[in-house]
This record gives sequence, structure tokens and C-alpha cells, in this order.
Amino acid sequence: MFKWLEKNLPKVVLAPAVGLISWFVYGFVLWTFYISFTNSKILPRYELWGVGNYAKLWASHKWLIAVENLFVFTSLFLIFCTVIGIVLAIFLDQKIRAEGVLRTIYLYPMALSFIVTGTAWKWILNPSLGIQKMFIDWGFENFTFDWLVNREMAIYTIVIAGVWQSAGFVMALFLAGLRSVEDEIVKAAKIDGASLFTVYWKILLPMMRPVFFTSFVILVHISIKSYDLVVALTQGGPGISTTMPAMYMTQTAFHKSQVALSATSAIMMFMAVAAVIIPYLYSELRRENAS
Amino acid sequence: MQAKTSLAAYTQLEKKSKVTNMLLRWFLYFVLILFASYFIFPLYVMIVTSLKTMEEIRQGTLLTLPSELNFDSWAVAWEGRGYGAGDTFLKPYFWNSIKMVVPAVFFSTFIGAMTGYVLTKWRFKGDSWVFLFLLFGCFIPFQAILLPMARTLGVLGISNSILGLVVVHTVYGIPFTTLFFRNYYVSVPTELVKAARIDGAGFFKIFFKILLPISAPIIVVTVIWQFTQIWNDFLFGSTFSFGKAAPIQVALNNMVLSSTSVKEYNVDMASAIIAGIPTLIVYVLAGKYFIRGLTSGAVKG
Repeated sequence: MFKWLEKNLPKVVLAPAVGLISWFVYGFVLWTFYISFTNSKILPRYELWGVGNYAKLWASHKWLIAVENLFVFTSLFLIFCTVIGIVLAIFLDQKIRAEGVLRTIYLYPMALSFIVTGTAWKWILNPSLGIQKMFIDWGFENFTFDWLVNREMAIYTIVIAGVWQSAGFVMALFLAGLRSVEDEIVKAAKIDGASLFTVYWKILLPMMRPVFFTSFVILVHISIKSYDLVVALTQGGPGISTTMPAMYMTQTAFHKSQVALSATSAIMMFMAVAAVIIPYLYSELRRENAS
Repeated sequence: MQAKTSLAAYTQLEKKSKVTNMLLRWFLYFVLILFASYFIFPLYVMIVTSLKTMEEIRQGTLLTLPSELNFDSWAVAWEGRGYGAGDTFLKPYFWNSIKMVVPAVFFSTFIGAMTGYVLTKWRFKGDSWVFLFLLFGCFIPFQAILLPMARTLGVLGISNSILGLVVVHTVYGIPFTTLFFRNYYVSVPTELVKAARIDGAGFFKIFFKILLPISAPIIVVTVIWQFTQIWNDFLFGSTFSFGKAAPIQVALNNMVLSSTSVKEYNVDMASAIIAGIPTLIVYVLAGKYFIRGLTSGAVKG
């Protein structure tokens, strides 16, 4: 017995982590998957009912709005975070004075919760006392900025706050990437007469392909899961105009007591994340094995 | 010879572009400062708003400074106004969060360290699959586990309690902590461990005598990462707790959304700052480790 323990001690120590993750991650996802095929309402019921929930979900007006919002949000969030992140990283890479201070400023929103961020931006964007009033007081009397309470535009306020929170993160990723490139490559290119612009556009940015890939995966991941920011900024409103899948899921489960339908939406989100993550993990692992 | 000519050519090139360079640098600083103001703007607005009276808020704009440093809103946000029911304030929830964060960070970090140690220094057939198996846990959207988790906490009798949240955060922190420690220990030479094993050192002795003493940086990275994640969590907090057991982010959200009285933006902003200050302090003091966690958590998490 003692011998066995001694020999297998490493595996015994590994067991809690593997056991917990098997149960709480894989087991739970499977449970959710199973429930999505049942007709559970308030309490889970275990007799199978078929794919009815999937049909119901994709016929639901609110879910379709949530998916559309997710597409709008994800694409804008991706574009703005990436562009701002890259520009800031390249500019900071030019032997800038006070680089440390600037970097700290660009990245601090990452330390805050989305609830804090949402609370702050909600105040800034509120039409009666926020930015709109500021411009009116400055003499732009016809200035209007009411996106927060405007059905058509409210989704863009979530983009504004989301980009504010995450752009610095992309900057940090790219800055680390740029700093890992040998100086010689840049110098050699300059000697050949390449302008700074060409150096970045033709040489350095193409070298950053893995960083693009990483930040793409992370940003898409953040946006599919985004929940807190919407809750804090708009609660999905005005009306249901800024509902997102994560919010649909919790509302359907805990306010509407439609457990099976909610599980179905969770599985759709799971599949969306998996579609991005699995190729990513696969390529990362291959790269690691190659090196 | 070759090197000399190219160096000369290079310096000449540098000189020629001096004027353009200067313009370019002005432009550079302009853009950098412009963005810095975009990033600093909400923090500035939060701070000045929290120090104004409602009267001042209505009269001035977002940017106007308060006429005097008035910490009343902070006191209201922290301790309330002292009239029993309906008076929500952050103090008890702040302590809830502390009671939740400390054990959850400790346990998840400890389990991650052990797991990372086994996966790198006691390798066995299929260990990289085990790692991948755990790693996938970093990515799942938590919506896919919310419903069964709510039921499990109910069955265990710890729903709506701080203990329940400690369990949840410990479990879902393991993939990340494992990732950090595994990637750190992989770069520690295995020869050290082998030599110690030949000398007769056992599993735990090797961990405590050889690996733990050099683990300070990764422990800091992991603790900061977990602290920030758990402190800032809203999804688990709002799903698995309500009322008195809620963590601070949930309380902040409830406070801001409560529509019982006239909106007091100064108190809202003071509350938001209070909820954000612990992670902000950690970030300012240990930014280097924070960023390392972010980027290595990101590169594979």
C-alpha cells in the first residue's frame, strides 16, 4: 500500500485538479447539452424531447436580436481594439519619453471590472448631465449625443466602453511582440533605404501574425462572453435593443424559468467559442511541439 | 570593410531625415497624448464627480473641478446614511469580497502549483493530453455551466453563501493557475530534480526545497491574476448570490440600478471607485506582474 502510494504520488496529487475539471467543466457542459434536448421549464426534467428548443431558439425574435448585436459588437470591437492597439504599440516603440507612464495609462482599464467601467460610462454618456450637456454648455447648443437611450445607437455605446477597456491589452500584446524582434532586421532594412512606414508595414507587421491570431482569439472570446458590461451600461435596453446572447441565457434561465431553452442558448455560445478556440489550441500546441 | 560602409550610409541617412523626423515625432506625441486623454478621461470624471455635490453636478459639466474636496459621497457609499431598510452601502459587501477572494486565490494557486509541478517534473505518458484537458477549461463560456452549478450548490447547501462562491472561483481558477505554473516550471532544468531524486529526495521535498524557493515571480503573477479575476467577477456573483452574501460588484450594480430615490451620481461614482480601488492599487504597485499574467494568460489562455 505504502509502496503503491509512493509510486503513484504524482498522479494522486494530480487527481483533485483532473477530477474537479472533469466534473465541473466537462460533466457540466454535457449536462447542459443533455438538458437542451429536454422540455425542462423551472426544474430540469430528464426525458428527451428532441431538438425543439433549437428550433424555438432560432425562431425567437429576442435571440435573433441578441445574435445580430453580437455580430455588430464583435466586429467593431475587434476592429477598433486591434487598430488602436497596433497604432499605440508602434508609436510607443519609437523610444518615447515617459513610455512607462503612457503604457500604465493605456492599460489600467484592464484592472477594472466591467461593472465599474459600465457605471462610469453610463454616467458619462447619459444625455441629461453627461457629454451632451458638456458640449451644450460649451456653446454647441444643438449638440446631441443620446446613443445610450437611442434604440438604434445604444449598441455602439457598449462598443465605446468595451474598446476603452480592452484596447490597451492589444497594445501590450503587440508591444511585447515588436520588442521580441531583433534590432538587426530593422537596421538592415533601413540601410536598404526602407522608410519607417515600409519597415513596419512590410516587415514587422507580417512577422506579428501569431500576435494577430492571439489577440483575435482573445477579443472574440471576450465579446461572446460579454455580459457584465451590458448589464451595467444598458441592461439590454432600451427595450431589448442591446440584448446579447450571454444576457439572453441568464434571463431565460433565471427570470423566465425556461431552463431547457436557456441551456440551448448556452450550448450555442459554447459552440461559437469552441469554433474559435479549438483551431487556436491546436496550432499553439503544434508550434510548441515544433520548437 | 563592408560593415564600415553600411554604418556610414546609415548615419548619413539618419541625418538627412532629421527634419521629417522632428515633424514625425511631434505627430507621434500628439497621437499618444490624445489617446492617453481618452483613457484617463473616465477616471478623471469619476474622481471629480465623486467629490462634487449634486448641486455642483447639475451646474457644471463633466470636466469642471469641485469647488472643495467633499468626501460626503464617499462616506455615503461606504457606510450609508444610517436609516435602516433600503439603505444600501458597500462596506459589508466589500468584506464579503475579501472573504471570498482570499481563500479562493489561495486554494486555486496551491492546486495550480501542484498540478503544474506534476505535469512538468513527474512526466508520464499522456501528460500533455492531461494539460490540454485542463487548459480547455480556460476557454469555456461560463454560461454553459451556470445551470448545473446552481443546482450543485443547492444540493451541497451552499447556494447564496460566500463559501459557495469560494468553491466556484477555486474550481474555475484551476485551469489558469495550472497554465501559469506549468509554463513556468517547464523552463526549470529537470536535471535539478533528477539529481535530487538520486539523492533520495521525495516528491514533496523536491517541491518545497527546489521549486518553491524559485517560484516567487510566478506566485505573484498567479495571485494577482486570480485576485483581479475574482474581485472583478460579476457573472458568478450575481447568479449564485443575492442579498447579504453578494460580493461587491453585485452590490455596486444593485446600488447604481436602484431607482428608489433621486439619482445621486456622486455617490454612484464614489461607489464605483471603491469597488475598483483594490485591483487598481495592485495594478499600480505590481503592473509588471499584472501584464505578465495578462500576456501569458493570453498567449495560451
